[in-house]
Amino acid sequence: MITTSRTRVLRAEPTWLRRSLIGLALGLTLLFIVLPLAAVFIQAFDKGWQVWQAAVTEENARSAIMLSLMVTGISVPLNLFFGLTAAWTIARFQFKGRNLLLTLIDIPFGVSPVVSGLIFVLVFGAQGWFGAWLADRDVQIIFAVPGIVLATVFVTFPFVARELIPLMQSQGSDEEEAAIVLGATAWQMFRRVTLPNIKWGLLYGVVLCTARALGEFGAVSVVSGHIRGATNTIPLHVEILYNEYNYTAAFAVASLLSVVAVVTLALKKFLEWKTREDNG
Amino acid sequence: MKRILSVMLSSLLASALFAAGPVKLLNVSYDPTRELYQDFNAAFARYWKGKTGVDVTVNQSHGGSGKQARSVIDGLQADIVTLALSYDIDAISEKAKLLPANWQTRLPNNSTPYTSTIIFLVRKGNPKQIKDWNDLVRPGVGVITPNPKTSGGARWSYLAAWGYALRHNNNDEAKSKDFVTRLFKNVPVLDSGARGSTTTFAQRGIGDVLLSWENEAHLGLKEFGADKFEIVYPTESILAEPPVAVVDKYAAKHGTTEVAKAYLDYLYTDEGQEIAARNYYRPRNEKAAAKYASSFPKLTLFTIDQVFGGWQKAQKKHFDDGGVFDQIYQAK
Repeated sequence: MITTSRTRVLRAEPTWLRRSLIGLALGLTLLFIVLPLAAVFIQAFDKGWQVWQAAVTEENARSAIMLSLMVTGISVPLNLFFGLTAAWTIARFQFKGRNLLLTLIDIPFGVSPVVSGLIFVLVFGAQGWFGAWLADRDVQIIFAVPGIVLATVFVTFPFVARELIPLMQSQGSDEEEAAIVLGATAWQMFRRVTLPNIKWGLLYGVVLCTARALGEFGAVSVVSGHIRGATNTIPLHVEILYNEYNYTAAFAVASLLSVVAVVTLALKKFLEWKTREDNG
Repeated sequence: MKRILSVMLSSLLASALFAAGPVKLLNVSYDPTRELYQDFNAAFARYWKGKTGVDVTVNQSHGGSGKQARSVIDGLQADIVTLALSYDIDAISEKAKLLPANWQTRLPNNSTPYTSTIIFLVRKGNPKQIKDWNDLVRPGVGVITPNPKTSGGARWSYLAAWGYALRHNNNDEAKSKDFVTRLFKNVPVLDSGARGSTTTFAQRGIGDVLLSWENEAHLGLKEFGADKFEIVYPTESILAEPPVAVVDKYAAKHGTTEVAKAYLDYLYTDEGQEIAARNYYRPRNEKAAAKYASSFPKLTLFTIDQVFGGWQKAQKKHFDDGGVFDQIYQAK
């Protein structure tokens, strides 16, 4: 009895308001997230399993999938390395320009992907700053794989670092200092002390980074050149299929990305739970 | 930094490895030619294999004509460009010097192996009774056309409307401007390319009439069903000439000059012309034209040279920043 009356006091809103707010939130989630996601799968399997299979194993689709995996395979490790370095520097040391570095890391979050793509065209394009120099040496960056990798690295830059910085700051450096005092080498300290402390957060950042790398559209679209079978990633291939009135195939390939989204969500939940368990 | 470099180098190496094997051509084209070149590339590969024994794969890139030209200027290494209008290839020649200024004289018919025109796609039964260009300026008629700034087809549509107005108003420029202004008042949304507009009209159900490439209208009819849409031929329209060219510098660099030239020449052969006609592009070749005459109703077609004095002039007056189109569309 006492507990119920206390909740009544704490929550001044009348029951009808609470219920309708919860209902509204649920309804909106259903309408804007669950329904479209379901629609993707319904459309994808509209003409049956075989049509779906044909669409995702067709030559251009296969090449798009390979390219996306390759780009992700290059950019995620790069950003893992970069994110770790940056987080370490920012969480462990006090230095001039620390805040500036923090702000710089966030830039890709704030810049529109189209602009991110255009930056690279401006720098590496044939009419760009290094255009003539690169052409003389026969190096193709824009409208080829390196450009797509660069754009993806840029867009996914902050994910790992942003995940690790607050985590490492809240943990402090006491354990690491202890390890050093007890005679550990830097590498031993990192492997035995730092890494176990941050592993779930690190994985969480990697998951987000991977999802974005696979799904990035805007920046990649600008630097891709849209050559079928050569520079189209999965999202670009989906757009092409859609524009060719090939709706079932478009949604079939899109369903792959949706699976990535669902898996990301599941991993994210799992890792959040793991991080809490470790820290609590 | 070293790591980034080595990664970039290895990916370059990977793309070089993929490139080994058959001869590769890159054809950078505009939006609605997807189906045409899918057919044509297969036919050309057969022909080239038979003639030289060499396998050739033609890669395609499609998008709005202006945007595609921009990409080639920025370094998209096309061996061949097949764009919606000559001004866009002029731009490649002028801004990036990748091919000579006289490129259009190198192949027959102004380097235009096929032509097209702008016609109307309306909803079944033509509920708004749209028969000719003057029906498009009636209040309450929703007209769908892409943005002339980015889409070649839209520039042809705009000029077709302008030309029609000129020819019906004793070449009165002011009256034509008023006509086209009223037409664009009826445009609820400007997509960036022809395909986007077709989707807006057919899938999203916006507007009463789509100003469309002839080939795009036929394709739309085939894709979405003749029970939903019908094609209307206006009494007159513009002769749209989408040109083709070898991009000399890139072809020379790739060592593909010979096969790139053969590719374009093949567009002019009987087989090439038939493929064009089958995909609803008007063939130049009389044999193919006669065979597919029923696909292409006769209408009066005026050329851009007759009415506007060529693309350079038309572009400068109408579509450059601050040009007539900007004035018209801002006035909206």
